[in-house]
Amino acid sequence: MYSRNFGYTKDHEWVAVAGEIATIGITDFAQKQLGDVVYVELPAVGTALAVHQTIGTIESVKAVSEVFSPVSGEVVETNGELADAPEIVNQDPQGRGWILKLKPANKADLDALMGASEYERYLEGLEH
Amino acid sequence: MKRTRFNANHRKLGAKMIEFCGWDMPVEYKGIIDEHLACRTAAGLFDVSHMGEIHVTGKDALAFVQHISPNDAARLSPGMVQYTALMTDRGTYVDDMLVYCLHPEFYLLVVNAANTDKDYAYICAQKDAFEIGLDDPSDRYSQLALQGRKAIPILQPLTDIPLAGMKSFTSAFGKVSGKECLVSRTGYTGEDGFEVYTLDPDPAIIWDAILESGTPRGLQPVGLGARDTLRLEAKLPLYGNDIDDTTTPLEADFKWIVKFKKGDFLGRDVLVKQNEEGIARKLVGFELFDKGIARPHYPVFVGGAPAGQVASGTFSPLLKKSIGLVYLPIAQAAIGTEFAIGIRDKRVRARVIATPFYKRDY
Repeated sequence: MYSRNFGYTKDHEWVAVAGEIATIGITDFAQKQLGDVVYVELPAVGTALAVHQTIGTIESVKAVSEVFSPVSGEVVETNGELADAPEIVNQDPQGRGWILKLKPANKADLDALMGASEYERYLEGLEH
Repeated sequence: MKRTRFNANHRKLGAKMIEFCGWDMPVEYKGIIDEHLACRTAAGLFDVSHMGEIHVTGKDALAFVQHISPNDAARLSPGMVQYTALMTDRGTYVDDMLVYCLHPEFYLLVVNAANTDKDYAYICAQKDAFEIGLDDPSDRYSQLALQGRKAIPILQPLTDIPLAGMKSFTSAFGKVSGKECLVSRTGYTGEDGFEVYTLDPDPAIIWDAILESGTPRGLQPVGLGARDTLRLEAKLPLYGNDIDDTTTPLEADFKWIVKFKKGDFLGRDVLVKQNEEGIARKLVGFELFDKGIARPHYPVFVGGAPAGQVASGTFSPLLKKSIGLVYLPIAQAAIGTEFAIGIRDKRVRARVIATPFYKRDY
């Protein structure tokens, strides 16, 4: 269910690395918890983020959720589609619903992420 | 947690369940926005069995209701329903409620789920010398609400009560899906619709029958999430957010439920005085004009200075912007007044606008 190529965090973010760039978003579990997303607050391109630093907030009708950066790095791109169509986060959270891309500053941050099976086990633990 | 008699129906539909006032309730099914828009364009079906019902019976039933409510219950003949407040002696709200006159010596009060026990204890404490019987059969009642422009074609095939002829705020006894029910043309969404009450211990088939009749017409089951966005668009107050024991009906913009001429009632003298002197603050509607969502308790700033908190606030699925209600000092309560709301570390611009935010067009 969860892509084997991504890394995951306990705060339900995913990271996909391609070459020098890491793409970040929230998982399907997170979007289900939030409900209909109506606003996504994003940082400016060029912002330097530290691990666990708040990237921004995702607001649904009934909740506000902070998104924490799973890795440290510099923001190189944010998902422009989310301003007019925030519901993409619900529809395709691990594809078109990506939030931002950054240049990871530290390889060790990537190694610290959970793999898909570990994340799935973590989710099972939450439901009990 | 308490369960309504429709709990299995919600779980079968895959509803996201939450705890609400001690009840296991559906907060959403398909999603708040979908459910909200379905109710506005076709119809929505709500399980509202968690609401409280209080029976006032006996010789002095009307006199007692007149004592605890500022509205005039003497205008109600059997079958009529009235929106009003349960008053403290300070002219403030213990709760808001519907009063159903079922018989000259039998009034049904329908109160908020969050306040049922408190309201019943309060009502019992006001009994004094009134010759009345009081009962709280809330746990025996189940209640559904069917709201939306398609409500009549959806419900009529299931009931012997002639629905089209029912005036708004009236009720009738009859059968729905073969079960004895009390049906009223009332609701909490700003749409036309009905509330169906039953004491039948096995009412789940009513839910299924309404869904079967309604789904081809666009009916969706609606949870508590959309119940809140719908009522806020219609500017219907929520106890705890917009009204409470520190607010009067005059401040809350509900002067119409206060009938000074009908006689004495709890808090009347306080309200007479407030009416003469003028209210110092007023509950008004606002919209944000920057991006963001104003939520209850977010700080409010007028002219840069702190001026209280947001009472109710949400994202309106129909208007696609954040709307809400706030108490502002009377000098700043005029439509068009601009102010600010603190959302996390930002001050977001808002302005007072006319309410209701939504009015049905049929």
